[in-house]
Amino acid sequence: MNMNKISTRTISALVQDKPGVLNRVSSMFRRRGFNIASLAVGHSEMPNLSRMTFVVEGGDQVVEQVTKHLHKLIDVIKVSDISEDNVVSRELALIRVKSNVQNRSEIMQVVDIFRANIVDVAPESLIIEVTGDGNKIESLQDLLKGFGILEVMRTGTIAMNRGLESRQDNDNSRRQTASWGEASSV
Amino acid sequence: MNLTGGQMVCESLIREGVDVIFGLPGGAILPLYQTLPEYPQLRHILVRHEQGAAHAADGYARVTGRPGVAWATSGPGATNLVTGIASAQMDSVPMVVITGQVSRAAIGSDAFQETDTTGITLPITKHNYLIMDPAEIPQAIHEAFHIANSGRPGPVLVDIPKDVFQEKGVFEYPNKIDLPGYKPTLGGHASQIKKAAKLISESQRPVILAGHGIIFSEAYDELKELAEKAQIPVITTLLGISSFPDDHLLCVGMPGMHGMAYASLAIEEADLLIALGMRFDDRITGKRSAFALGSRKIHIDIDPSEIGKNIPVDVPIVGDLKSVLTKLNKHIEPATHVGWLQRIEDLKSKHPSMNIRDTDKLLPQYIIQQLSEATDGNAYVVTGVGQHQMWAAQHYVYKEPRSFVTSGGSGAMGYEVPGAMGVQVGKPDKVVWSVAGDGGFQMTMAELATMVENNIPVKFAIINNNYLGMVRQWQEFFYQKNYVATSYTHNPDFVKLAEAFGMLGIRVTDKTQVRSAIEKAMDYDGPALIDFVVEEEENVFPMIPAGQTIHDLIEEPAPEKAMRQ
Ligand SMILES: Cc1ncc(C[n+]2csc(CCOP(=O)(O)OP(=O)(O)O)c2C)c(N)n1
Ligand SMILES: [Mg+2]
Repeated sequence: MNMNKISTRTISALVQDKPGVLNRVSSMFRRRGFNIASLAVGHSEMPNLSRMTFVVEGGDQVVEQVTKHLHKLIDVIKVSDISEDNVVSRELALIRVKSNVQNRSEIMQVVDIFRANIVDVAPESLIIEVTGDGNKIESLQDLLKGFGILEVMRTGTIAMNRGLESRQDNDNSRRQTASWGEASSV
Repeated sequence: MNLTGGQMVCESLIREGVDVIFGLPGGAILPLYQTLPEYPQLRHILVRHEQGAAHAADGYARVTGRPGVAWATSGPGATNLVTGIASAQMDSVPMVVITGQVSRAAIGSDAFQETDTTGITLPITKHNYLIMDPAEIPQAIHEAFHIANSGRPGPVLVDIPKDVFQEKGVFEYPNKIDLPGYKPTLGGHASQIKKAAKLISESQRPVILAGHGIIFSEAYDELKELAEKAQIPVITTLLGISSFPDDHLLCVGMPGMHGMAYASLAIEEADLLIALGMRFDDRITGKRSAFALGSRKIHIDIDPSEIGKNIPVDVPIVGDLKSVLTKLNKHIEPATHVGWLQRIEDLKSKHPSMNIRDTDKLLPQYIIQQLSEATDGNAYVVTGVGQHQMWAAQHYVYKEPRSFVTSGGSGAMGYEVPGAMGVQVGKPDKVVWSVAGDGGFQMTMAELATMVENNIPVKFAIINNNYLGMVRQWQEFFYQKNYVATSYTHNPDFVKLAEAFGMLGIRVTDKTQVRSAIEKAMDYDGPALIDFVVEEEENVFPMIPAGQTIHDLIEEPAPEKAMRQ
């Protein structure tokens, strides 16, 4: 039905830090059939408020609906689509790879190139910690495949605007005004 | 003031202006019940099934505009409310539901009658609360009423553990709401409103689609002003019926699956759709990609997420209809649209969807038409779901706002009995008719006892076709008359049933008895029931089969056309 081509978008939401909020949000995504590629939640700089960062799959129309439905939840205070902004986006991953005495230094070279860290060494494996955007993590994973990846754990992306002028907290209404009037919850 | 949690609930409800509660007790909510005698201002109506409490609160809310209140105990009490809550959510009906929960210490232990009520109702409420401290009660209830009846209305549930009802705390009623994440937009964007006015003045063939939002916003006069000033025909959605008088010259009636053919055709031929507080439901659009392709669209709704959800829109306006239409009307130039109105008259005469077949048989359509005449279009009509619902929508001439009450989005059979009870409680001085299906009626008929007990004088017209008629119609059209599990071969004797409940019961099998039976039921002081034994295989026309377009319209009893596809 939706003719827009599929892409991924980053959406950030400021939410009340109350029991069940994550459930409300994820239940809405499930019920409406929106796809989340990743979701990261943590405290914000304000007491009792958390920030959620979603990477959502879908075209413009889907993202507009996601934004509106997020905003409709009473516990969601602000929603921003920050995909096209000048943002810093980061994700942390832990990767356990097979390694032995012979290939350990080769792995260390790859790790260095990616400015990643080895955070645990065992006789037959290593744990590598890497931060960066999703692409960087995937490239590192590709390079490590040859050694044998045993386990991958990723936090999901978090993102923030560059510069002092933080638009995350106030841009939702302005961004959307052009197309459908004012933002609001209902 | 130091009060128990139970007392706090009652004090809070009184401060919110509540006068009636529909409910049924059980262990977890008992401490609340035991405080009720201290508050004689709160009228409690004891139902026979919690679904009845929820639908009754819904019916009460739809006709009064004030949130209906239902409450029940934990576990099965709460789950019995679910159908009614879901229906209210689908139709944006303001309701506050209170459920008892097991004591705090037992939560999560699968205790007796524990269910995760906030979890179950999360997707079918506008918002919900689990209270863990009696001191939270006043704030939560104050917020619940605010959320339920502002913005796009909806049901809000407050789940309260048994020991929270019992524990004492300081009662202080909040006088303000602090919900930073909830600030409905009311005013409408000034430049968008101007754009809408421009589109309206440019259009040659505009139509208004008036939905439930007009009723919630009570924007009847503003709608009428817009329609009359620019001479724009008004089409009402199923839930928009009664937002604009059916006997108005500009009223074109209901469109869509079982709407008037001329209303659907007018939408197809229009060059501008002005959608007011409606959501382009699939029963109206049919196949979305083929819906009203020749028109531009203005969509005014208080819920931004409805705009662009189903149909692309040219001029979206988020706001409360009363306020937006007041502003819009100032920019509207008087117009006549003579040619367009003439075209609609032509459509009406070429496609007489309201005609009733001339026969001696007892037709449901005839019964509704007689009901309309006998009550002069001034009764409140509540329906179940199915064929009788569509006939009641089509053939009654509604004159009074809020007077057509039906479970639209959810389509909950069984609404007709408790829904009508709530409507009558909300409008004690009005004549309330429940147009019931023999199927739906039997789902909730236990509430007849509640009505007799509380002297709630609803009049029932059971359109008894001994079938789950609407499903049978689908089987006839789309499954080669393969009537699987739709025939009721042993319906009860509804007249005896009425008498057993202590009501007046009348049976009508002949056309000539219709009018006198209606009069007799209305003259009777108390609830009454007429069992109209109608033509069993009568079908609802027109019909646009699900997912199809105006070109697939079936207007006459010639189902072969439909059966071919
Ligand atoms: C609770 C519920 N179950 C099933 C349905 C599906 N359904 C829609 S109409 C209908 C038939 C209703 O029969 P009846 O109440 O006798 O009304 P009629 O169509 O015969 O007028 C059914 C089963 C429904 N809408 N609601
Ligand atoms: Mg029936």
